[in-house]
Amino acid sequence: MWRALLLALAPLLLAQASPKLVPDISSRAVEIQYSFTGAELLLFGAILYPGGRVPRRPADVAVVLKGPVQPITVREKQKIAGIWMNADSHRFRSAPGFYAVASSRPIDELVNERTAAIYELGLQNLQLSPGGGAQPDKERRFETGLLDLRRREGLYVEDPDGVEISEDVLYRARIFIPSQVPVGTFTAETFLIDRGKVIAAATREITVDKSGFERFVAESADRYSLLYGLAAVLLPLLLGWAAAELFRRRGA
Amino acid sequence: MDIYLPIAGMSVNAPLIVALGLLVGILSGMFGVGGGFLTTPLLIFYGIPPSVAVASATTQITGSSVSGVLAHMRRGGVDLRMGAVMVAGGLLGSLAGAGLFRLLQASGQIDTVIGLMYVLLLGSIGVLMLRDAALALGWMQPAENASPRPRHNRWIASLPLRSRFYASGLYLSPIAPLALGFIAGILTVLLGIGGGFILVPAMIYLFGMAARVVVGTSLVMILAVSAATTMIHALTTEAVDLVLAALLLVGGVIGAQYGAQLTTRLKPDLLRLSLAVIIILVALRMAFGLTYRPDEIFSIEYL
Repeated sequence: MWRALLLALAPLLLAQASPKLVPDISSRAVEIQYSFTGAELLLFGAILYPGGRVPRRPADVAVVLKGPVQPITVREKQKIAGIWMNADSHRFRSAPGFYAVASSRPIDELVNERTAAIYELGLQNLQLSPGGGAQPDKERRFETGLLDLRRREGLYVEDPDGVEISEDVLYRARIFIPSQVPVGTFTAETFLIDRGKVIAAATREITVDKSGFERFVAESADRYSLLYGLAAVLLPLLLGWAAAELFRRRGA
Repeated sequence: MDIYLPIAGMSVNAPLIVALGLLVGILSGMFGVGGGFLTTPLLIFYGIPPSVAVASATTQITGSSVSGVLAHMRRGGVDLRMGAVMVAGGLLGSLAGAGLFRLLQASGQIDTVIGLMYVLLLGSIGVLMLRDAALALGWMQPAENASPRPRHNRWIASLPLRSRFYASGLYLSPIAPLALGFIAGILTVLLGIGGGFILVPAMIYLFGMAARVVVGTSLVMILAVSAATTMIHALTTEAVDLVLAALLLVGGVIGAQYGAQLTTRLKPDLLRLSLAVIIILVALRMAFGLTYRPDEIFSIEYL
């Protein structure tokens, strides 16, 4: 019986190979158009175990979709003289504009804190690069505020059972990106996790960009601000005049 | 039907924004005000970023004042000389306002300042208008010792360089309309309001201008300054959203025409009373927003 087991494991041992991930995404480019209200991305793929044999204890999968990082200032309101106003602020040099993590089991059951921090798995482990010089408790307060705000806006998402693994080899996860996401290059990372270790990882890129008329408007506002401003002045003049003429003729 | 706004970076319900434009347009046509004091707060309540709301609402002020200017021009109800002085002040004011806007934005106090100024301005003007309307409708007795107002304000009459404004029937220092235009220019940039409800009372009560040219001249001033402000926003804050502006304008310009038709059928005192009530309601809502614990303690600003 031992021999049989050894024989079965032979290709695995010989190749000394570790499992591989073959990831894919339902679309490589997300185009923001006039009717854009958000998009659902399907992150899916296959787990290739060496020799095509699934171990008795199948590994877990975690996928992370991360948007471009931006430097931001987070402001905190306090009640001063009866009025709620911005009283304190803190800078973060690299806050991702979008972050979603989905896994087949809760992250804290999959890896220890150190591994989670290395791979930025989970919202608590984002590397936000806070500006220096602040008290640790202040920094934590602002970090919590930022995470909480973006979570409620749907920009930061944690889905502890968002990855579905079928037949132990095919995985898939649905991630929804809302309409207010920043444009830029998103990275989709897939991690294969076994016994607290990341045994395989793969990355794909997705571009999120405004397209068509929306792109034209956003670009003109940025590059040709004078012409854009002229258009913004002429538009109301023209529409106002047209409406006035229309009603005058009708009234007369 | 949702439409994505390229500058605001979010999608909004298009028919709702058009309806908002229509509503504000009707009110602006009825009362002869730009309507910015309603558009801007309503857009902010909807969730549009305040800077985009302020910058895009100014286009609606331009749009709804066009037909008014045309009508008053035809009737000769515009003092062009006075208008030119006020527009000059307004342009200076909008430049100063843009600088102030930047400063406040950098210090993070822009939202609080916008809120406070709305509460103070709308609150005081609303209460004054309410009192006026109540007096006119006979709900309130005028105070016993109400002495007739002097036609000219003492302070303004003492300003140097007085010159003649024939159409307004005034012998007045141009510094006064210049300063008034300057203040209205600042308000247009900061608050996204045309300032009509400050201009008109100031021109009547402080300057003693001939009533025939007051509304037309203030509209010319509002048109020029709101157009200039839109341009300044496009060049500095880059927060003018053309798609949002177009949605607002489609409703706004049509609403303004219907509003103007409605005016002829309603009692002017009732009109003023309802405008006063609307202004006070907006002020109260703003005051509530400032003093009540906000939904979001934290806010994010992109660098």
